[in-house]
Amino acid sequence: MALSEQEILAGLAEIVNEETGLEAEEVQMDKSFTEDLDIDSLSMMTIVVNAEDKFGVRIPDDEVKNLTHVKDAVSYIATHQG
Amino acid sequence: MTDTTQTSRRVVVTGLGATTPVGGTAPQTWEAIVAGRSGVRTLEQDWVAEHELPVTFAAPIHTDPLEVLKKVEVRRNDPSGQYALIAAREAWADAGAPEVEPERLGVAIGSGIGGVHTLLSQWDTLKEKGPRRVFPLTVPMLMPNGPAAAVSLDLGARAGAHCPVSACASGAEGMGQALTMIRAGRADVVVAGGTEAAIHPVCIAAFAAMTALSGRNDDPQAASRPYDVDRDGFVMGEGAGVMVLESEEHARARGARIYAYLDGLGMSSDAYHITAGEPEGAGAARAMEEAISDAGLATTDIAHINAHATSTPVGDVAETRAIHRAFGGHTGNIAVTATKSMTGHLLGAAGALEALLTVLALYHRQVPPTLNLDQQDPEIDLDVVTGSARALPEGQLAAVNNAFGFGGVNVALTFTSAS
Repeated sequence: MALSEQEILAGLAEIVNEETGLEAEEVQMDKSFTEDLDIDSLSMMTIVVNAEDKFGVRIPDDEVKNLTHVKDAVSYIATHQG
Repeated sequence: MTDTTQTSRRVVVTGLGATTPVGGTAPQTWEAIVAGRSGVRTLEQDWVAEHELPVTFAAPIHTDPLEVLKKVEVRRNDPSGQYALIAAREAWADAGAPEVEPERLGVAIGSGIGGVHTLLSQWDTLKEKGPRRVFPLTVPMLMPNGPAAAVSLDLGARAGAHCPVSACASGAEGMGQALTMIRAGRADVVVAGGTEAAIHPVCIAAFAAMTALSGRNDDPQAASRPYDVDRDGFVMGEGAGVMVLESEEHARARGARIYAYLDGLGMSSDAYHITAGEPEGAGAARAMEEAISDAGLATTDIAHINAHATSTPVGDVAETRAIHRAFGGHTGNIAVTATKSMTGHLLGAAGALEALLTVLALYHRQVPPTLNLDQQDPEIDLDVVTGSARALPEGQLAAVNNAFGFGGVNVALTFTSAS
């Protein structure tokens, strides 16, 4: 059964917390990964790979640059989840 | 123009930090060493039996980094980097977090092997899960200068972040590099030391293959026994030792506590054999002589030596010959100790940890004992401190710390007491 956007957000926040130490509640839909959450490109790659494992999606490297905000990642995962 | 002669820029030790097999901090480590407690134990990891390792014990870190660092710091640093960060932060706080211009603050933290856990775990990841799953921070985590870089980032040190790599002399060379930087006027404060995290099945198998390790699996705490007739090799340890070194002028101006002076550095290379030290100890003796003359002292001024003494049959005798060669008739007046009997051999961190123990011996005027010395090898005619710690006399004191490494590297440091 497909996960809701809220469930995806919660899962993504866990991954971000694990990788960066940021509190999960900081990870909100309107936040920019680089500007607001201070996540660099190396951390972003780890987050993407872990999100692929967690949500059963494939996020191509070309797509990652379009995922500037948390809501972009949540929406990508919601529409591509298996 | 700044006067950069050594007499005008003496270097002092103002902060100490360590995470070792016997303690999670420098004071804990010192307390354990003076009490003669061993950090050697049987390894509990599954890989020991899985790979049928011929040696089943080591001296692992006393305090889990997860108890000290943030989870994310543990995740993003190889264990060698974690240990360096822990020790550097302790040393920095112990020094009173000196106010210093970032461009005048340096780092020199050596490592013998680098991020071997990271390299090999990511090799497993590559084989099992493919290239996309290899951790993007693999390279900065496996590079030997990763720990120095992590400390430099942590403290905002911009005068240079160096990592001498000289096997088991790396940590001592870190101290030497710091001394050179401060004397040359390149920095006022340098966070210096060594770190190592090589308790990995490959390293154990490799050192065992060259018969360098003790095989005393049935009695691990008796395995590291420098100078004893029954010694049969070293015990692998891990951890980090870090000092804050500072120009005396800078330390005095801020009213810092001074543990001791780092007054002399001696370095040589044997050009004899890739792993074996030159058996007559000529190169090692030259390093000690240089370290003492660099301090403006005579060999007769030296009251204490923290020896390299790894507990190998050949190495301990060669160092003894070197000490006789350097000190001649004064040899019998020197209180010698071999603290690897308790900590095991921290490889690239050994020289740093033992330098720190030398400083504390001068500061507390107490030489820690050598453990497991039941019957001294007759070829080793040194005054070795055993049983319990031995008091050093009042007044001005000087001590030498030796660190030798594969590749024929010899490093000696001379410390003198603060008063």
